[in-house]
Amino acid sequence: MNLLSFRGGVHPPHYKEATERFKVEKAKEPDRVAIPLQQHIGAPCEPLVKVGDKVKIGQKIGEAKAFVSTPVHSSVSGEVKQIARMLTPTGEVECIVIEADGLNEVHESVKPKGDIENLSGKQILDIIKEAGIVGMGGATFPTHVKLSPPPEKKIDTIILNGAECEPYLTADHRLMLEDPESIVYGLRAMMKVVNVSKAYIGIEDNKPDAIESMKNASKGYKEIKVVGLKTKYPQGAEKQLIYACTKREVPSGGLPMDAGVIVNNVATASAVAKAIKTGMPLIERICTITGKGIKEPKNLLIKVGTYIKEIVEQCGGYNGNPGKIILGGPMMGLSQHTDEIPSTKGTSGILVFTPEEARLPEPKACIRCGKCVDICPAFLQPLYISAYSLRNMYETAEKYHALDCIECGSCSFICPSKRPLLQSIRVAKREIIAKKRKTK
Amino acid sequence: MDNRLIVSSSPHIRADESVNRIMRDVVIALLPATLAGVYFFRIGAVKIILAAVIAAVVTEALIQKICKKPVTINDWSAVVTGLLLAFNIPASAPWWIPVIGSVFAIAIVKQVFGGLGHNFMNPALAARAMLLASWPVQMTAWVKPGADAVSTATPLAILGGEAAGEQLPSLADLIIGNIGGCIGETSAILLIIGGIYLVYRGVITPRVPIIYIATVAVLTFILGGFSIQFMIYQVFAGGLMIGAIYMATDYASSPVTPKGQVIFALGCGILTSIIRLYGGYPEGVSYSILLMNVAVPLIDKYTSPRVFGEVK
Repeated sequence: MNLLSFRGGVHPPHYKEATERFKVEKAKEPDRVAIPLQQHIGAPCEPLVKVGDKVKIGQKIGEAKAFVSTPVHSSVSGEVKQIARMLTPTGEVECIVIEADGLNEVHESVKPKGDIENLSGKQILDIIKEAGIVGMGGATFPTHVKLSPPPEKKIDTIILNGAECEPYLTADHRLMLEDPESIVYGLRAMMKVVNVSKAYIGIEDNKPDAIESMKNASKGYKEIKVVGLKTKYPQGAEKQLIYACTKREVPSGGLPMDAGVIVNNVATASAVAKAIKTGMPLIERICTITGKGIKEPKNLLIKVGTYIKEIVEQCGGYNGNPGKIILGGPMMGLSQHTDEIPSTKGTSGILVFTPEEARLPEPKACIRCGKCVDICPAFLQPLYISAYSLRNMYETAEKYHALDCIECGSCSFICPSKRPLLQSIRVAKREIIAKKRKTK
Repeated sequence: MDNRLIVSSSPHIRADESVNRIMRDVVIALLPATLAGVYFFRIGAVKIILAAVIAAVVTEALIQKICKKPVTINDWSAVVTGLLLAFNIPASAPWWIPVIGSVFAIAIVKQVFGGLGHNFMNPALAARAMLLASWPVQMTAWVKPGADAVSTATPLAILGGEAAGEQLPSLADLIIGNIGGCIGETSAILLIIGGIYLVYRGVITPRVPIIYIATVAVLTFILGGFSIQFMIYQVFAGGLMIGAIYMATDYASSPVTPKGQVIFALGCGILTSIIRLYGGYPEGVSYSILLMNVAVPLIDKYTSPRVFGEVK
């Protein structure tokens, strides 16, 4: 097979063996969920319920007021116990705490919406928005915003991201094996929304069974092309994926739509299919619970708002003392200081390291080996940006294109001196952006 | 949970690469040529190599102790400097030559400028240049391979006409290293094998050595009167192999950008050819690399790669 790729990148060990052959299991019904009113980039939504209200599965409990925002829905049936600011994976956010009544009643608004053929693009877009669908690869950007490019941007291609280039994670892999039809259905719906006739589904070649499965599922649709990608991190990074599939470069400082492309995760497409076919909004997702710190690694279908601690308990609990808990993959995931936080629509993985694995390496002096320059998928010179950032010389860091950094972490990964390259580049980015805001 | 979780910014995993591993690989790559040096030049070579390596490591440890900095001699970088310096000294030199060289390399060229990664010149080469300027007799007292230490001239000196009457060694001797010269620069074939190992281990890219050597080959062929033999002797004799593979690829004193590395290697090759053919000096590798070392910040500045998505 002719494998597509991009220039740069690294080859971290896959670590996927622990869970890649395990079927997705339904997680135990949670007794209590805490549903954050903000699970995405953009504005938080406002609660539609108050303490004491009875809610059902799929009922909208938070309304999006801004454009870049999505509603949230209850993932259980029960009673609202508390609405308060609480810790979530991305910081303190207002949450709605619901105690489940165990009846699993589904809200009356949840009903099939029709079929792609007899729905208009606008109707599908509304369904996606109302279902609270966000990018499920981790960044959780509202999907309806992605699918509403300004009219001057001509979109001709949709790419579905099935690369799953993060080590350890197998959630997308399992989805592609177990429910490929829903992915293809969701993709076709999105193609109708933006009116394009070309689509790619990109999958890394370390998942040949997933490539096979998606090829079978998309057989009848000539406009959908399943492509094998070279297994290399960050193959699933938006700009790198677009380049691999179309050989187009997203202009510096631009968005995928500037290259005529919209990228969505395979899980997002599956959620779209579900919202159309059953009317069920995005209230659950597949999550890989793995790492040496977990007794029985699994792929679980978890309800949004379930506490991380409870999910871990269903996987046999911790293997000894956990050293680090990461939500997402090891390259870009967020490490947490507690497991008493709810899962969100973006929780693709719960990765637990042992204390030995969690130990931070001691940084040494930069030896100018140039490996970070060789592998940077954005063609930057991380060593210089980092050095200027550490000296608070953010303007010089900007001249070295700090803002083009995609924060994939390949430079920190490869650095033989274990320098905090990405960490310091992030600081520079934040300082530069903050300064730009001020001068505006 | 009663224990503490570690929280840090991503990425949470790191490659196995380490400075120690890289430096150890360089030492491993230099081993065959070291053994050949000992075989060809016997006890003289052992003396020089030991003196250079020990002096380099001790100097590094002492300076770091005095400056109250963490002692980093276990990263092997001082060993590499000592070894490379020894390679650039004739086996007949007295023991204090490598000692002074190593102290100068580590103390002045490396530590004064901030230690590993901050030296703007290759420490071993700078030390060699200093030694050559200060003790030209001891630094050019070449001997024939073997136990008796019969004095001889290097093939490049013979080729340059400075050692009239001496016979050029055969091509086979030239490539194996059975010739007069510095301890480590004689066996081209073993130096190349070490270089292949470094490329295989990902320590160096073949970019700099290949361009450097090819530039010298092409220029000496054209400027040397289109003589294949002349070209082959220019490529395999003298310090070209060790310079191109082990010195010009020194991380700290060579460019980090691929384009910069090409310019750097081309510059080294051009300067080496000019010094050898038109200068009053048969060898030109050390000075070419040192001159190009000084130009590295400039080269790096003007060869910033095009950023992904940037229209230049």
